[in-house]
Amino acid sequence: MEGMPILSLITFLPVLGMVIILLLPSRNEAGIKYTALGITLLQVILAVMMLSGFNYNLPGVTDESTFQFVEKFRWIEIQEVSWLGTVKVDYFLGVDGISMPMVLLTAIVSLIAVISSWKIPKAIKGFFALFLLLDTGMMGVFVALDLFLFYIFWELMLLPMYFLIGIWGGPRKEYAAIKFFIYTLLGSVFILLVMIGLYFSATETLADGSKVFTFNIIELANQANYNSDGILSPFNPQNWRYIAYIALFVGFAIKIPMFPFHTWLPDAHVEAPTPISVILAGVLLKMGTYGILRIAFPVFPEVTRELMWYIALFGMINIIYGAFVALSQKDFKKLIAYSSVSHMGYVLLGMASLTSTGINGAILQMFNHGTITAMLFLIVGVIYDRAHTRGIDDFGGLATKLPVYTGFVTVAFFAAIGLPGLSGFVSEALVFVGAFSVESIRVVTVISTLGILLGAAYMLWTLQRIFFGKFNEKWEGLTDIDSREMAMFIPLTIIIIFLGVYPSAMIDIMNTSVSALAEFMNSAGNNLLGGM
Amino acid sequence: MIPNLSEIFSLTAPEIVIAVTLILVVLVDLIWDKNKVPAMFTAALGLIVAGVVILNGMPETGMIPNNYMVVSDKLGLYFKFIIVLTTLFILLFTYDSKEIIESHLRQGEYYALVYGMVLGMFFLTSAVDLILIYIALELLSLSSYVLAGFSDKETRNSEAAVKYLIYGAISSAFMLFGISLIYGLTGTTNLYGVNEVLSTTVVNIYTLGFAVILIIAGIGYKISAVPFHFWTPDVYEGSPITITAYLSVASKAAGFALLIRFVSITFIDHVKADGEWILNGAFDWQTILIVLALLTMTVGNLSALWQKNIKRLLAYSSVAHAGYILLGVAVLTNLGLVSVMIYFAVYMMMNLGAFYVVMLVANKTGSEHISQFDGIGYTMPYAGVALTIFLVSLTGLPPTAGFIGKLYLFLALLDSNMLMVAFIALLNTVISLYYYVRILKHMYLKNVAEMPEKIETRGYSTVVLSLLVVPVLFFGIYWTPLIDFAKYCVEFVIK
Repeated sequence: MEGMPILSLITFLPVLGMVIILLLPSRNEAGIKYTALGITLLQVILAVMMLSGFNYNLPGVTDESTFQFVEKFRWIEIQEVSWLGTVKVDYFLGVDGISMPMVLLTAIVSLIAVISSWKIPKAIKGFFALFLLLDTGMMGVFVALDLFLFYIFWELMLLPMYFLIGIWGGPRKEYAAIKFFIYTLLGSVFILLVMIGLYFSATETLADGSKVFTFNIIELANQANYNSDGILSPFNPQNWRYIAYIALFVGFAIKIPMFPFHTWLPDAHVEAPTPISVILAGVLLKMGTYGILRIAFPVFPEVTRELMWYIALFGMINIIYGAFVALSQKDFKKLIAYSSVSHMGYVLLGMASLTSTGINGAILQMFNHGTITAMLFLIVGVIYDRAHTRGIDDFGGLATKLPVYTGFVTVAFFAAIGLPGLSGFVSEALVFVGAFSVESIRVVTVISTLGILLGAAYMLWTLQRIFFGKFNEKWEGLTDIDSREMAMFIPLTIIIIFLGVYPSAMIDIMNTSVSALAEFMNSAGNNLLGGM
Repeated sequence: MIPNLSEIFSLTAPEIVIAVTLILVVLVDLIWDKNKVPAMFTAALGLIVAGVVILNGMPETGMIPNNYMVVSDKLGLYFKFIIVLTTLFILLFTYDSKEIIESHLRQGEYYALVYGMVLGMFFLTSAVDLILIYIALELLSLSSYVLAGFSDKETRNSEAAVKYLIYGAISSAFMLFGISLIYGLTGTTNLYGVNEVLSTTVVNIYTLGFAVILIIAGIGYKISAVPFHFWTPDVYEGSPITITAYLSVASKAAGFALLIRFVSITFIDHVKADGEWILNGAFDWQTILIVLALLTMTVGNLSALWQKNIKRLLAYSSVAHAGYILLGVAVLTNLGLVSVMIYFAVYMMMNLGAFYVVMLVANKTGSEHISQFDGIGYTMPYAGVALTIFLVSLTGLPPTAGFIGKLYLFLALLDSNMLMVAFIALLNTVISLYYYVRILKHMYLKNVAEMPEKIETRGYSTVVLSLLVVPVLFFGIYWTPLIDFAKYCVEFVIK
């Protein structure tokens, strides 16, 4: 595997697939579908290969030499003139313990989403072409270590997502698609501003000793690289670091989505076709929290430290608010959408603790939420395909009619509630342990635990209304799930149970990096706070 | 004062090529009376020669302040090059345009008039004398008034031409008044001379301010800056699409070249080593340009939101883009100037491309109403994808060249610590997304028949479209050549 550009492969493989699909005639539906399936399967294989070659003891995070599978070369270089220094942008990919789980998650969820798109009704060619482009954008975000490259991948996803919701979506698809597009673009505008501000505030030292402005995320995290007059330099007494941090955070928070920026999510989820909901919940939301961990935290350690209480507070609001709104939903899909809002709150809370336990919990929760919610949306999709309604009260007693399906549903629901033995439990427990150990956010943490109770309430209540109780005769004709649907549920169920029983498999991947990050946040944050 | 012959050639070689070709086009059209192809080829050939002359002349030119009416410098040549490229594309479009082809017999005049515009624009980019500036502006305007009303099929053509003429006459009267005031204040019409006077003697700042504002009105009309933009939507909607596209790119390029030259020669004191322009303080350019720019982009974007006619929508969008470009000028640094030049190169490709697709659709459907675009993404797949790329680029999203244009603009703004201005400009791009995406919505999201009939697109159109799509994508991913070229063309002589 040495010398193979595995990260470029895993990122740009879908683009290759897209080109193949565009060249196929649109009549050849099987060919198109199997190309997409083959590409995403290959992506999973590559991700597993990466995992097998992944060194668990290298931290990464703020140390460029310990990133793995690094590919770095000069992409743009513009020679210096007297009034403008050298401009350079690197094509810089690499993974560490924080991004490795996300790469795995993206590969797995994409594959499952392709399987679930098998019955897409129209314009198959366009659907899979856009889907694969989206896949590249997602994978790229998780492996890019240059802020500029990160931003390009980040924006690359917008247009395919707009079309995927807008063309193949439900009745209010146009509204949902444009709302998603405008919200996320608004977020990226903030990110772009901060990106340019950072560029003019920090330099990196090249091999020949010259200093040039940089987009390199790792160099930006090194306080020694900042100049004295940049607007985002900690050494500039009139710096804008707090405002920039909030802007950056809002940019990412829109994607999470964090209250009060969450309103695009229920619309997008309800209108999107099932595979796209799976991608949205499974991968896209994680990009927000990943961006915070990868960029906002290490680049602004002292601001993070100062504002951690607020992050935790918004985490708490997400948890409680999302759960309450979920309780009142009559639409099955909307309920799952709001449960996502609630569950992403745990990620925020865990991160805000800035302890290695809490951050481990947060990343594990990102992975687990990705798999569990993907499964929940598939569950909604299965019943909607058959009954053409998602009203919770329209159903009742389906357990007798669809026993296998109900079995999978129960696993997913219990995992979402956080039942011990299933993956959701471990991550939520770690988040709470981590957050509780920090005194300043203890109260917030205690209130947040209410979320578990509420989560159990809306999940169990839904389970009861749809699957138990009196059987609604209207659904006499429903059939149980077929083998294709089995193929989506079984891998996810295995992951959920496996990580519930043996969470170390995932925690070991990230632990070294997370400890390094927590350590860095403490020391760098202290340095800067003490210095001021 | 009178330059010798070799100097004349070195200063105005591209203009000479254009003037000679203009005569040739008229002659060729007279000889081949019925067949319009030779005239077109002559026109295209002349442009290619002019392009070669421009590129060849570049390494030798340096900016030499002189007492002649023109200078030859890289900045001017850069804008001339943009104008040449735009004109070439317009000729390619014309070959495909139903509107123009239908007025077959007058095509010869069409090429001659386009050449008249080119000549006016060329002189505008290199003129350093207020008299010549005014004459070049009139040459450009008079040709374009006729072209705006070129097609005799539609009454809205004539309406556009008359509107254009009336607004144009008023603004050029303003400009002339401003010029005469400056002459009265300084006793010279040469821009270097004006600079000399302004930095050595004290003039009445109110009179000077008044004169400058009058001149800004004249230039603002050409680049359709708010509040001098009122003609833009009507004229853009009424003119033949080729001319609309031409006005929105080339004539704006000339206007911006003029603005940059006017500011940078007349009012500059010196350029600092870090590229900042220090003005002589006679007039507060920065504030007024920023206000104009922000106003222009906001009004342009907000007005575009509800337009139903695509040409009108693109007209307002081009007003908004003039605002972004104006912001690049307002920074008053070398980096700002580079960002203007890059933005123009990018804007040329994406805006021409968008207009071309609109023309292709209008050729088939006979209207530019947005409802004509319903399902175009399925019936004309390649044109649909191309327009999508152009619109994404106009919004400024990566990985398209439009993003690079915006990126450099914001780099320039933040380099000068203009954070709030950058923020407002960025919010504007979010607003603009809404109306660009509205076109996408009509192309792809409107419910169309199960198996839509494909509309045949000529191979010719596909090739022309690719000539614009490929660079928009290529420069979005690898933009080093673009920056290097623009950077090479920025040069100033420090007094």
